[in-house]
Amino acid sequence: MTAPILAARDLRIRFPTQDGQETVKAVDGVSFDVEAGETFGVIGESGSGKSTLGRAAVCLLRPTSGEVLHRGGNPYLLPSKALRQQRRDYQIIFQDPNAALNPRMRIVDSIREPLDILGAGSRAQRTAQAMAMLEMVGLRAEFGARYPHELSGGQKQRVNIARVLTVRPKLVVCDEVVAALDVSIRADILNLFASLQGEFGLTYLFITHDIGVVSHVSSRIAVMYLGRFMELGPAETITHRPLHPYSVALLSAEPTPLPSAMRTGKRIVLQGEIPSPTAPPSGCRFRTRCPVARDACAETEPEWREVSTGHFIACHFPGSLAAH
Amino acid sequence: MRDGRDGAPLLTVEKLCVHFNNGRQDVQATRDIAFSVQPGERVGIVGESGCGKTVTGLSLLGLLPRHTSRVTGTALFEGQNLIGLAPDRLRQIRGRKIGMIFQEPMSALDPVFTIGSQIGETIRTHFAVGKKEARQRAIAALDSVGISSPERVHDSYPHQLSGGMRQRAMIAIALVCEPRLLIADEPTTALDVTIQAQIIDLLMNLSTRSGTALLFITHDLGVIAETCTRMITMYAGEVVEDAPVDTALVRPLHPYTSGLLRSLPRLSAPGTKLHSIPGRVPSPQAMPDGCRFEERCPHALPDCRRHQVLDQVGPDRRVRCFRHDALTLPGALTEQEALV
Repeated sequence: MTAPILAARDLRIRFPTQDGQETVKAVDGVSFDVEAGETFGVIGESGSGKSTLGRAAVCLLRPTSGEVLHRGGNPYLLPSKALRQQRRDYQIIFQDPNAALNPRMRIVDSIREPLDILGAGSRAQRTAQAMAMLEMVGLRAEFGARYPHELSGGQKQRVNIARVLTVRPKLVVCDEVVAALDVSIRADILNLFASLQGEFGLTYLFITHDIGVVSHVSSRIAVMYLGRFMELGPAETITHRPLHPYSVALLSAEPTPLPSAMRTGKRIVLQGEIPSPTAPPSGCRFRTRCPVARDACAETEPEWREVSTGHFIACHFPGSLAAH
Repeated sequence: MRDGRDGAPLLTVEKLCVHFNNGRQDVQATRDIAFSVQPGERVGIVGESGCGKTVTGLSLLGLLPRHTSRVTGTALFEGQNLIGLAPDRLRQIRGRKIGMIFQEPMSALDPVFTIGSQIGETIRTHFAVGKKEARQRAIAALDSVGISSPERVHDSYPHQLSGGMRQRAMIAIALVCEPRLLIADEPTTALDVTIQAQIIDLLMNLSTRSGTALLFITHDLGVIAETCTRMITMYAGEVVEDAPVDTALVRPLHPYTSGLLRSLPRLSAPGTKLHSIPGRVPSPQAMPDGCRFEERCPHALPDCRRHQVLDQVGPDRRVRCFRHDALTLPGALTEQEALV
């Protein structure tokens, strides 16, 4: 069996707070494997640590403890030249399509830049590659000569995708890549991600807060809360038969555009807000907002266990909260 | 006004147009916006970025920049035309009879004043009360929006609160004078879903309890479905459809409404291609005379290039598409759901 393309082993990432008095436990003990060719969805609210996790996956953040593994190997143990080479294979696309592009660079130059850094081939060849990639993401050649401000949000996100693909990565972390886009544009970009996945044999780590998006694109979904995974399983299982009370509540909170008569199930409104990641609650960290928490939840941290094949959960009382 | 409804509407907007002028060119942001809101009714305005939904809300309250914008048309609120109303008269209505909440509470709240003083300012502008009573009312208002320690929040500055708490504080400011109408512009867009659920619940409860009408401006069709009874779809500065939410979700009459509903991921099986609307909104400088959606519409005919009127097609339905009779458009239901 070959090693997974990406794996995390008890990954922890901490940051000091600005005054240096406390430690933010952004990612606090997460383990998972991502297999080549799949789309691994990570869903969570702000402050859950999902973006930190994405950055760590592509070596933009160094783990405080635990490991990120690229094809079974720890990238930080590689000599710096080999690490740089390996980084080509692990790329990331961010939420804000504007912030990621230099406003003073023409589109074609932005797309070519990663190739310039790698220094492969002549400049003319690299420009040709960049133009070819522009077409792959559905933009006409004339866009190459334009500047970012002349493009719409959706078009800019296409440019960001083209830019990342020039180096032919194996895995792309998509961090809220459609959150800033309108509904109809969002569908276009998601379709583009799907077709490029087939074309280039890509693996995606798809990070989002949008349940509709994550359940459409993912083969597996991890539900994250306050630095830890609460539940992980096949997309079908997580969206239709979630067992963790947090997953159940999160899914039920999403407003569905259905006529009132067809909206089944009552929305579970969680009380309060996500606690501070500097001092997560004892035991189960979701217990302070969990509608079915019991004494045991405050005492011991629930173990991460497999309840059925490929379906993992960290909860003492899985299935105790029902949506209907 | 409209058949099938009792009494006079609270707000009647007619021929509302907003133009922006930057000194070099004149751009029309909205054209002939017309709709009405009954007392206590919850109406959603839905549309994508740039369709003019925010501008419509702002124009009603005279909040557009005075020197670079021009608003024409009428907006009768309790019999008084808000458009062109003298600033001091408008100030008596704004905050008192019509409240407004915005998307980003951090930019709508003043960072150098406490939450309490910002609520107090609203109270003291509209009622002749002393500081002490204003404080009591402000604390009561914070309590009514579900803030568990209202006295502490009263004396807090905006940066000391979380996004959800700030939005609650905004709602407290908007509702402290018990307005007849609340204009809410994307009030939950910047919030997490679990917090969004809390805010939606809160708005629904407050509006039901006090009979405040709600004009809910959002791009989120799910939020509209769960909060409103009527949905107005805007496209490229025009109203293209106005219908009861439940009807519009099942059987939209305008191809754009249908396209918007079909783009939702839940309607496509996982892993399959999502429905999308090809092309993009025409630029305000090159707005077609005919149907503004024609270029992107899968059902367009040559006649669509003629001017389209917003037709009254039922007691509570209007649509701006002359083909509405000929088309049977899918809504927000999956094929199985549509059969039930």
